[in-house]
Amino acid sequence: MSFEFPLLSLIIWLPIVFGIAVFTTGNDSNAQLARWLALAGSILGFLIAIPLYSNFDVTTGVMQFVENHVWFERFNVNYHLGVDGISMPLILLNCFITPLVVVAGWEVIKERVSQYMGAFLVMSGIVNGVFASLDAILFYVFWEASLIPMFLIIGIWGGPNRVYAAIKFFLYTLLGSLLMLIALIYLYQASDGSFSIEDYHKLAIPLTPQIFIFIAFLLAFAVKVPMWPVHTWLPDAHVEAPTGGSVVLAAILLKLGGYGFLRFSLPIAPDASLYLADMMIALSLIAVVYIGLIALMQADMKKLIAYSSVAHMGFVTLGFFLLNTYGIEGAMVQMISHGFISGAMFLCVGVLYDRLHSRQIADYGGVVNKMPAFAAFFMLFAMANAGLPGTSGFVGEFMVIMSAVKVNFWYAFLAATTLIFGAAYTLWMYKRVIFGAVASPAVEGLQDISKREFTLLAILAITVLWFGVYPYPLTEIMHITVDQLLAHVNNSKL
Amino acid sequence: MNFIPPDFAPASSEIFMLIMVCVVMLADLTAGDNRRYVAYLLTQVTLLGCAILTFVSFSTEIKHTFYGMYVDDTMADILKLMVYGTVSAVLVYSHAYISDRGMLRGEFFSLILFATLGMMVMISASHFLTLYIGLELLSLSLYALVALRRDSIVATEAAMKFFVLGALASGFLLYGMSMVYGATGTLHVSQLAQIIQSEASSKEVLVVGLVFIVAGISFKLSAAPFHMWAPDVYQGSPTAVTLFIGSAPKFAAFGFVMRLLVEGMGEMVSDWQGMLVILAVLSMAVGNIAAIAQTNIKRMLAYSTISHMGFLLLGFISADSNGYSSALFYVIAYVLMTLGTFAMIMLLCRSGFEAENIDDFKGLSRRNPWYAFITLLLMLSLAGIPPMIGFYAKFAVLQAVVNAGYVWLAVAAVLFSLIGAFYYLRIIKLMYFDEPETTEPLVPNSDVKILLSANGFAVLALGIFPQSLMGLSLYAIQNSM
Repeated sequence: MSFEFPLLSLIIWLPIVFGIAVFTTGNDSNAQLARWLALAGSILGFLIAIPLYSNFDVTTGVMQFVENHVWFERFNVNYHLGVDGISMPLILLNCFITPLVVVAGWEVIKERVSQYMGAFLVMSGIVNGVFASLDAILFYVFWEASLIPMFLIIGIWGGPNRVYAAIKFFLYTLLGSLLMLIALIYLYQASDGSFSIEDYHKLAIPLTPQIFIFIAFLLAFAVKVPMWPVHTWLPDAHVEAPTGGSVVLAAILLKLGGYGFLRFSLPIAPDASLYLADMMIALSLIAVVYIGLIALMQADMKKLIAYSSVAHMGFVTLGFFLLNTYGIEGAMVQMISHGFISGAMFLCVGVLYDRLHSRQIADYGGVVNKMPAFAAFFMLFAMANAGLPGTSGFVGEFMVIMSAVKVNFWYAFLAATTLIFGAAYTLWMYKRVIFGAVASPAVEGLQDISKREFTLLAILAITVLWFGVYPYPLTEIMHITVDQLLAHVNNSKL
Repeated sequence: MNFIPPDFAPASSEIFMLIMVCVVMLADLTAGDNRRYVAYLLTQVTLLGCAILTFVSFSTEIKHTFYGMYVDDTMADILKLMVYGTVSAVLVYSHAYISDRGMLRGEFFSLILFATLGMMVMISASHFLTLYIGLELLSLSLYALVALRRDSIVATEAAMKFFVLGALASGFLLYGMSMVYGATGTLHVSQLAQIIQSEASSKEVLVVGLVFIVAGISFKLSAAPFHMWAPDVYQGSPTAVTLFIGSAPKFAAFGFVMRLLVEGMGEMVSDWQGMLVILAVLSMAVGNIAAIAQTNIKRMLAYSTISHMGFLLLGFISADSNGYSSALFYVIAYVLMTLGTFAMIMLLCRSGFEAENIDDFKGLSRRNPWYAFITLLLMLSLAGIPPMIGFYAKFAVLQAVVNAGYVWLAVAAVLFSLIGAFYYLRIIKLMYFDEPETTEPLVPNSDVKILLSANGFAVLALGIFPQSLMGLSLYAIQNSM
């Protein structure tokens, strides 16, 4: 289907333009204007993304809404955009999360409001650019550019140790991406001067260079996902980031890594992917089991959720490298669902943190007595995080475990331990924070959630339940694309 | 005897420049202390006049004159235009700084113009002697500029170091040239290439000469291990002079490498390639690692220059027009970023206060969000983060390196630039994450305000639309080879 209107460009640039407009509102005397402008921009950004879904053709796996213009011809780089069943849901997820983040920082952020709101809008546009790029250099530019706003968000509005976390975040991600750049330049030579990702998919490469390319991509994407053992930046970044930053980090930025595997690693280096699949599965299972155990021991709520993110993303990479339809679709569902659930979990911690300025589990207890509505929402998201049937968290995990059984019983067995560990660390934290006697005078003085917070959590709660009961719209979109991807991967390039 | 006068037209801008330098000196002599701006304006007029002359005589034809000692080709014209623009921007940026410090005198301007003339001669030289004369004119003017504040101990010390080491490097260069002359019997760049090609010369002597020439070049480029002068000179010089040393002469150095190594000794590429690989890797390593330890911003930027020069040398390694044009693109990008960065440092200086330490950037985003943003763009560009121009410069060079088959070198280069990213991030951290130590507002003159904003914006805009500069670089190289 061809669509003349440059919809994808609009989805990318509208938030960025709004972000710049928000920056120009200047200092904090115009804070209210900055907030409303940011909200308008983010909601508009979501609304214009809806045609992407309604006009999407689910019967084909080719790229849709394609735009292709010359960007700079010196290196044959094009402004080439398009989406398929893999990238489209992720763009929607991003556009959906952005207004929530703006609202989440509404009253909480009191300093440099325009810069805070503007940074989130710009980042939203950049991330859409990453998902929509079909040109490797365009992809790379968006990919790296997304580091800049996040770096500032963590560093300016973060917690006490924010500088360390921000620089660690930046350098860690930069390390991986620079090697990816070399791989892209290598592919440019190998393909006789093309930076088109689709050309790379067709490119026949011998096994040894394929393995090197795979490893270069792996470093870039594994850091982002993050996979064990390069996950150590994530807990630091999460703990120090402001609530909005944590939400975007968990819900959106981690997905960039997962997306990279599907767009680059698997189709460009399919033989290397098969060759190294066991290693990837092993790394993923370590993330699921070992990181799950680490999460159990955390005293800091944000750290706990950060580790649980690593474990859940381990499920995603596990699903990818099982290399069958259920596995990849399950992993995709898991990515989307993790976007909602982890975002909601961080919002819940944010609600508590805004009141007590503590993230330590030990400082809480008996919150349910003072905040019953909040406790109910938190319960739902905690259950979803643990993978309770009926929530979206269950669907992805179940699909991945199903597909793991087909490949190897022990893979499935180890993966399934997440249902136990996940429940253990989430519910144990929940119990210590919410139930019991009122722990301190500070908890005694807690106010239940405001209308603003209620709206936020309610929207997420509906989404989590909706996809838990009826995930079909999601799987329908990605089905053909995933099938094609698998057919492509199983067709050796050697 | 029949004397045929040479064709002066290809050197018209140099001749104009020389006349105008004398005019500036005389005008300043008569203008008196209250009208120092006369010299400033005349200098800007001179640069503009030169730009017009160069632009009017622009053609893709390669013209030799002065009996083959001088050449006017596309690359020379484009490099010269870049030099004029850069010098002019340097003057705008440093005007307030030097007038606060009593340096707004005719000497400053005439020395700058003499140095510019030296660069022009270097860029257009096609004979070893011309090249050497241009280089010395540039160097001697720079030594004097560094020592312009003769009552400052650090400046005098820097000038002495610069002079002694510079003289040594010139000696190296001359010795290498004499070896080459001994082996081939010519000093003409174009004849040299033919003689080397015909293999009528002694290869051993040539290679020995080449080693000395490369050493001399490395000194002028401040590539490791010949970089020792750079940190001291950058730190000791008045910031306006540091800005000048760090910017325009890089174009001349690029021209110098092109004339000597590529045009003159292009046949010996397999010999100098290996040397450049070592120099490049060492420069990137030394520059990036040593920069981390610096607390003086000028010293830090000196090490950053060293690492950028290493990256620049990578562009020559592939030894084809693709590589040379990416190196040229890198120089342009680098000079653009350096101009903005030093302009920011001068903006932070007030009369009686030198912004020397990186801590002077603390809390800049509170004091002035706009300049903090400009500096953010510049730092990210220096670190090579897209969508800033610095990324495309690195990208173009890496592409040339991978194309030449040196994938390991590209990997080493990106790892060093990862290390480099740290100290640029540190400046951003100081500006955005830390509280200001002073709340004194920044009040630049409106010309600085406009130019600096344009400069910072260009770093971003040329990053989003890099085609024009990339195309220009390729055009310059292809039409001159």
